[in-house]
Amino acid sequence: MDETISIVLFSGTDDKLQAAATLAAGAAALGKPVKIFLQYWGLNAFRADGIDSDHGLSPEAGEAGKASVEAAAKAGQASWTQTLRMAKELGEVDIQACSASMEILKLKQSDLDSLVDGVEGVAAFYINAGEGQIVFI
Amino acid sequence: MGNLDIKLKVDASGLSCPLPILKATQGIKSVASGELIEVVATDPGSVKDFDAWSRSTGNAMVEQESTGGKFRFVLRRK
Repeated sequence: MDETISIVLFSGTDDKLQAAATLAAGAAALGKPVKIFLQYWGLNAFRADGIDSDHGLSPEAGEAGKASVEAAAKAGQASWTQTLRMAKELGEVDIQACSASMEILKLKQSDLDSLVDGVEGVAAFYINAGEGQIVFI
Repeated sequence: MGNLDIKLKVDASGLSCPLPILKATQGIKSVASGELIEVVATDPGSVKDFDAWSRSTGNAMVEQESTGGKFRFVLRRK
């Protein structure tokens, strides 16, 4: 059985980035290989010049949701970048940028944070995902 | 309890999921096969998470206890 977990990360708000980082880190801790494919706003969040800036929250968060997320961060909850960096240190986590999204956003790999391992197209993504599960966020 | 030869204690109190199992992964990799680590966590998902982590990674759960919102696990590296 192919145990690889592939996460397509399309969204670029901090709550969804955090959810994706949690899923990736959990799978890595269980010893599963993890692939993350960055598209559109998910990719945009990995720009080297803004990865640790405020990426906002999903519209449904509202003011109360925003306050809860801010309180969790103040209480010391790891940021999504910290969670991903830890997951990469401890397990097999490969992060690839979607080549079409790179074109749309006019990005080169040198514009991206070092968390990103490379650039690939959708065929390579599917081949690498194998028979494993694919999660879209 | 008390007689176990624990090589490393990991305090994951106050940390939310997935950090306790990440800290456990980090800790278990720093000891030799057959050695024990102890993890203390307060995340309410810890009991189910450490059970799943132990079964999935093959690092055996040697002891487990819950007291007043604190969860303690002793794990043996595979």
